[in-house]
Amino acid sequence: MLAYIARRLGALVVILFGSSFILYNLAAISADPLEGLRQSTEPNAKALMESLSRDLRLDLPPPLRYFLWLRGVLGIFTGSFTLGQTRDYQDVTSELSVAIPVTIRLVFAATIIAIILGVAMGIVSALRQYSRFDYSMTFVAFLMFSLPIFWVAVLLKQYMAIEFNNFLSEPDVSLKWLVGMSLVSGVFWAGIISGSRKQVFLIFLGVGLATAALVTGLDALNWFIEPKLGIIGMAIFSVAAAFGITQLSTGISNRESLRSAIAVGVGIGAVGYYPMQWVFDIGSKKIMFLAIIIAVPLLAQLSSRIFARVDRGPVARTATITGFLVVILLMLDKLMQSWLPYMESDAVNFRPIPTIGQSKAELTLYGDVDWWVSTLDVMVHLILPTVALTLISFAGYIRFSRGTLLEVLNQDYIRTARAKGLTERTVIMRHAFRNTMIPLTTIMVADFAGIIGGAIITERVFGWTGMGTLFNKAITGFDLNLLMGVFLITGTLAVLANLAADLLYSALDPRIRVGSGK
Amino acid sequence: MAATEGNKVNPGDREDAIRNKEVEGLSQGQIVRRRFLRHKAAMVSVFVIISIIILVFSALEISLGPIQFPGWWKYGYTDLLPLRFEDCPGGVTGCPTLDLIPLLDGDGVEIGAHPFGQDDIGRDYFALVMRGTQRSLMVMVIIGLIAGIIGTVTGALAGYFRGWVDAVLMRFTDFIIVIPAIIIGSVIGYHFGNLGATFLALYLGLFAWTGLARLVRGEFLTLREREFVDAARVAGASNRRIIFKHILPNAVGVIIVSVTLLMAGAILLETALSYLGFGVTAPDVSLGLIISTYQESFVTRPWLFWWPGFFIIAIALSINFIGDGLRDAFDPRQRRKITLKDRITGKSAGEGGGESK
Repeated sequence: MLAYIARRLGALVVILFGSSFILYNLAAISADPLEGLRQSTEPNAKALMESLSRDLRLDLPPPLRYFLWLRGVLGIFTGSFTLGQTRDYQDVTSELSVAIPVTIRLVFAATIIAIILGVAMGIVSALRQYSRFDYSMTFVAFLMFSLPIFWVAVLLKQYMAIEFNNFLSEPDVSLKWLVGMSLVSGVFWAGIISGSRKQVFLIFLGVGLATAALVTGLDALNWFIEPKLGIIGMAIFSVAAAFGITQLSTGISNRESLRSAIAVGVGIGAVGYYPMQWVFDIGSKKIMFLAIIIAVPLLAQLSSRIFARVDRGPVARTATITGFLVVILLMLDKLMQSWLPYMESDAVNFRPIPTIGQSKAELTLYGDVDWWVSTLDVMVHLILPTVALTLISFAGYIRFSRGTLLEVLNQDYIRTARAKGLTERTVIMRHAFRNTMIPLTTIMVADFAGIIGGAIITERVFGWTGMGTLFNKAITGFDLNLLMGVFLITGTLAVLANLAADLLYSALDPRIRVGSGK
Repeated sequence: MAATEGNKVNPGDREDAIRNKEVEGLSQGQIVRRRFLRHKAAMVSVFVIISIIILVFSALEISLGPIQFPGWWKYGYTDLLPLRFEDCPGGVTGCPTLDLIPLLDGDGVEIGAHPFGQDDIGRDYFALVMRGTQRSLMVMVIIGLIAGIIGTVTGALAGYFRGWVDAVLMRFTDFIIVIPAIIIGSVIGYHFGNLGATFLALYLGLFAWTGLARLVRGEFLTLREREFVDAARVAGASNRRIIFKHILPNAVGVIIVSVTLLMAGAILLETALSYLGFGVTAPDVSLGLIISTYQESFVTRPWLFWWPGFFIIAIALSINFIGDGLRDAFDPRQRRKITLKDRITGKSAGEGGGESK
C-alpha cells in the first residue's frame, strides 16, 4: 500500500512537471510581451523594451525560462521557495493567498448544495424510474448541462436581485405569483409521490392549497420584512426534524429512537430557545461553535441512556443528527432576526440582494456591526453566485446518482436483502444508498479540487476577485509567473484529488485493491 | 420448491424472451438504428438541429473561396440600418417585428422587417444571430472532428500496441488532461482568436481530444484480446487491417457517443471563451460574443439577450439528447422498459406462459 502511494506520488510529480512545461511554453510562444512597446512612439520605448526584456529574461528561449521558474518552485526543498513576481512586482504567493480563500468561499456552499440536491433528486428519480418525475428530471438535467452560466447570471441578477428587491420595498404577493407558486409546488410533490390518479390529484390539491395558505399567512405577518421562526416555529420544526431523521435512519417504528430524537430536538429548539440566544451572543465565535459541537452529542448520549435500554448506538446517532439540524435551524432564526437591522442599515437601505461584489465595505463604515449581521451580509452576497453555480453543477449529480442507484438496485445483494424480509427503507438506505455513495464519493473529491479553478466565469460575472480574476489578469497581461502560480494550485489539487479518490475508493469498497498491479 | 420453480418461467426470462424476439435476424447496425429511431427525445433533437442548421446556413450569404452562396435574408450582419421605432413599447428603438401569436393583436402571423429586432446601432439582429450561430456551429463541428480524429488515433495506437507506445502517448495525454480546458482554451483563444473562428477551432481541437483518447484506449485494450482479433492475426492480417477493419467497427459506438458529447461541450466552451474575450473577437461574431456584448441591455432591449441564448441552449440541448439516444442505442445492456403491451403480445406469440406480475 505504501509502495503504491509512493509510486503514485512519483507519477504525480512527473505529470505536474510535464503539464506545467507544456502550459508554460504554450503561453510563452502565443504572445509577444513587447508588442505594445514595439508600436509605441514614445522616445524611451527602446529603453523600456530593454528593461522589460531583462526583467522577463526574454534573452532566453521559453524552455530555458521554464527551468528558471522551476528552480524557484523546487526551492521548496532548500527553503528558497518562490513563484516569482507578477508584472506589477507583487509576490505571486501573496496574491494567491488572498485569492484562494475568496474562491473557496464562493464555490464551497454551491458545491455542497449541488451535491445534496443532485443526489437526492437522482435517488428519487431512480426509485421512480420511468415516472413523470424521472422524465422531467432527465430533461431538467440536460437543460442544466446546456445552460451557459453567464446567461443564467443575467437572468438571476434581473429576477432574483433587482425584481426581488423591488418586491421587498412593497412586500405584497400578487395573485399571479400566489397561483404560480402553488401550482409549481403542487406539481412537484405530486410528481414525486406516486399513487393512483386520485391520490396524486389529492396530493396536488393539498400541497397547492397549503402553499397558497403559507404564502398568504407569511405575507399577512409581514414576514418578508421581519422573518423569524420564533419559539413556536422552532418547536414545530424540531418535532418535524426528529420525525424526518428518525424515519431515514432507524424508522419511525423504533419508538425509543423517536422519543430520544424528539427530546433532544425540542430540548434544544424550544426549551433551550432563549438560553441558546444567549449562547449565540458569546463574543468569541470559536468558543460558541466549540461548545455546540461538544454539547450536542453529549445531550444525545444522555437522552439515549434515558430512553433506550438496549442498542443505544443508533438511537444516540439519530438524536445527534437531529440535534445538529435543530441548532442549524436556530442559527437560521438568529440570522433572520438580524435581517431587519441589516435592511435598515444605511449601506443596504432596503435593497438587500446585491448583483455583484463579495461583501459590503460600507457596512462597517459607521462603527462595528454584530457578527450575525456581517455574516448575513456575506451570505446575501453569496446568494446569486451560489444559485447560478448550483444550477449548473447539480445536473451531473442527478444523472450520476440515478445511474449508479439503478445499477445497484439490480444487484443480487439487494434481492437478498428484500428476500430476507427487510423493510424497503432498510433496503434503500442501508444496502442500496451506501453502495451508491461509493462511486459518488470519488466524483465529489474530484469536484472539490476542480472548483478552485473552475469558477473563472462566475467570478467575472458576479464581480468577485478570486483565482479567476488572477487568471484573467495573467492571460490578458502576459503574466507568466502569475499564470503558472494559478495553474500550480489547480493542477496540484487536481492530481492529488485523483489519487485521493482512488485511495478512498479502495478504502470504501473492499472489492477494489489498489497497488495489486494491473 | 425446486419442482415448482422448474415449471414456472422466471419473469426475467420472459422479458429476455420478448427482447430477444425484437432483435432476431437483425444485424448490429440495424438494431442500433432501430433503437435510436425509437428514442423519441433524440428524434425530436435530430429534427431541431437539422432545422437550425438549414435555417442558419441558408439565411446569409456564405462564401467558400471563390464560390458564393447567396442567402435568402435581405440584410447582411454588418449592414447599418435606420432604427425602427414604430409600435415599440416604452420608446425603445429596434424592437422585434416577429409575431407568431395571431390572437394577441389580431394582425396575424407576420415576420416583418426585423423579426429579431435591431441592436442599438441598427444592425439587423436576425442576421447577426444567424451569423453568430453559423460561427458557433462551425467551431463546434471543427473541434468535434479534430478532437475525434486525434483522440481515436491516439487511443487506438496506445491500446493496440501497448508497451512503450502506450506509455509515451498516455503520459502525454496525462500532461494535457491536467490543465483545465478553460485555461488552455483561454491561452490559445486570447492569442489566436483574432485569426478568426476557424483557426480558433483548429487550435482548440488540438487540445480537446484527451478524454476521448483514454476511452478509446480502454476499449481497444479489451477488444484486442478477443478471439476474432486472434483469428484475423492468424489469417495474416496486418496491424493496420486489424485496427481499422476488426477493432474500430466494434469501438465505434463509444467513439460516436463521446464525440457527440464533446461537441455539446465544445459549443459551451466556445461561448464561454468568447464571453471572457478569449475566443472569437469582433468584427466576427459568435453567440457567446453577442451575449457578452449586449448583456447590459437586458432591461431595455431584452430581445438582444433572449435570441442568442435560445440558440445556444437549443443546440446544446439537442446534441446532449442525441448523445443520450446514441448511448442507449449502442449499449447492449440497455434494456427498454417492458410495457404491458409487450407482455400481452409476447404471450399471444407463445413466448412461454409464466405469470406476469
